[in-house]
Amino acid sequence: MELKTATDSQFQAKLDEQKDLQRKFLKRIVLIIVYVLLALWAVFTFVPLLWMLSSSFKDSSAITSVPPELFPKNPTLDAYKRIFKVGGLGRWFLNSTIIAAVSTVINVFFASLAGYAFSKLRFPGRNAIFWVLLASIMIPGQVTLIPLYILVVDTFQMENTYAGIIVPGMVSVGSIFLMRQFMTSLPSSLIDAGRIDACSEFGIFWKIILPISKPGLAVLGIFTFVAHWNNFFWPFLVTNTNSMRTLQVGLTSFRFENLQDYGAMMAGAVCSAVPMIIVFLALQKYFLQGITIGAVKG
Amino acid sequence: MIDDYGASAFWKVSFKGDEVMATSVEKQSHWGENAKQFLKDYGWCYAFIALPFLLFLVFTVYPLFSAFIMSFQEYGILKSKFIGIDNYKYLLSNDIFWKAMKNTTIYTLGTVPVNILITFFLSLMIFPLNRRSQTFFKASFYLPAVTSGITMSLIWLWMFDPTQSGLMNIVLGWMGFDQQLFLASSKSALFSLMLMTYIGGHGSGVILYLAAMGGIPKSLYEAADIDAASWWSKLKNITWPLLKPTTLYMLITGVIGSFQVFEATYVMTQGGPNFATTTIAFLIYQHAFQYYQFGLAAAEAFILGFIIIVISILQFKYMASDVEY
Repeated sequence: MELKTATDSQFQAKLDEQKDLQRKFLKRIVLIIVYVLLALWAVFTFVPLLWMLSSSFKDSSAITSVPPELFPKNPTLDAYKRIFKVGGLGRWFLNSTIIAAVSTVINVFFASLAGYAFSKLRFPGRNAIFWVLLASIMIPGQVTLIPLYILVVDTFQMENTYAGIIVPGMVSVGSIFLMRQFMTSLPSSLIDAGRIDACSEFGIFWKIILPISKPGLAVLGIFTFVAHWNNFFWPFLVTNTNSMRTLQVGLTSFRFENLQDYGAMMAGAVCSAVPMIIVFLALQKYFLQGITIGAVKG
Repeated sequence: MIDDYGASAFWKVSFKGDEVMATSVEKQSHWGENAKQFLKDYGWCYAFIALPFLLFLVFTVYPLFSAFIMSFQEYGILKSKFIGIDNYKYLLSNDIFWKAMKNTTIYTLGTVPVNILITFFLSLMIFPLNRRSQTFFKASFYLPAVTSGITMSLIWLWMFDPTQSGLMNIVLGWMGFDQQLFLASSKSALFSLMLMTYIGGHGSGVILYLAAMGGIPKSLYEAADIDAASWWSKLKNITWPLLKPTTLYMLITGVIGSFQVFEATYVMTQGGPNFATTTIAFLIYQHAFQYYQFGLAAAEAFILGFIIIVISILQFKYMASDVEY
């Protein structure tokens, strides 16, 4: 009797051990499958970008050759020459850089100034004004589009100018919201210390608030730059000369003027995408942080 | 004048430090009738928000009212004629408008839920990995999102090329399928535009989901383990319900975005073939800037705005009703 129970429990222990091993094995298999799936999906999402890169280095015959060349056998820069010479990419690139840079500086400065006022200063109507501004985000751009167009092009005569492209989006409500969210978490004691030291209100903002807000400013600056670099619709509406086009507008017009020149289109696409990819890889940390700041309700 | 939040926050600060005296003196002057004193107290504050507020008045409030009036007019550069609700009447009886409505709805229903599910399952797979792998996959999935809509549209235009040099047709050929027309056929054009959204562009959603998953208390899963709950039951009863606020956020922003889809249609199909990919936003653009029917386009934009706001409210009500912690 006693002997029997002993073997029973031994047997049970062995069984448990085996089960445990099985479970560990299963877990490992699942983990491997997960990694493979994720890696496959990542490769999948890179395919369009890789195809763009590969096509941009093909000559006119290689791009339509049958069977297709997945990677160019004789890589050339012909397509890049065409998008620069026929299209005028150099000028578009310059325009996009200027517009994105100026928009970013103005946005970051005024949005943090307003964000500071809305989060740390107290004045009559503060919250009412803030919520009215915030509610305006809900209005789709199409609704205000036509009067905005008439205002900028006819009333202010700003067609084909940098000002016409930049001014309406100079300080976005989204940026103010982001900075307000960020600055709410800054310690108020620093501001009081500034007041005691008889700093002016702007002095407090400039000398105390801005320096400690650098991470927030970086996030806002990066996102604003990328957004303006990639922006299409508004620059498209207020420009009609090739020399004033931005990169996105220029590429689109090139596509309709040279319907079949996919090589040059892809070369242009590379020039538009690669700078942003480099910015992303260099400042990854800020990108990944920034997405969660913007989405938190406040 | 000071609203609830402002007042309570004001007092919180004043009790915290050793400057109770200083703030209470300041407080008395808040109620001063003297405009000079008011300016001295608050002038800076208003100066700080002056530019954004001015821009808001000029570039949002004025256009909003102006567009509203315009939607009841037959707009002309020199003289506009008031025509009541004729623009709205015309649209509601116009076949192309309804076709655009249908296309936009199909596009939204076919992309937003699918992409949220893809995002959810990607996040679910990434979450248990170690930090380094997490960051790696987050970055890889986010990367395509820094390229512009125009760039992506050009690439996909080329990938969808109906000849045998298009990448999609090359791949179909490998798998033994027939060549497809993709964007060139009214049967497959809209679906091709939808397909484009399934690949890439899940990065920011993944990051939001992962952040939210990190916030779910571990004890819930431990309790479920004690009850020997299955993987599926934990997913259904813990993870998915607790991620509802994130899902709601992605649903609302996703629907708003897809109702306004424009760039892909403009670059790739110009609304064709045979209006198969004409979306509302594209139709507004056409009416406004190709035919210069400003009044009609404004009416259309208000209908779009109305739909977007109603959908957002409905989603919020429906989804928020059973979010509980």
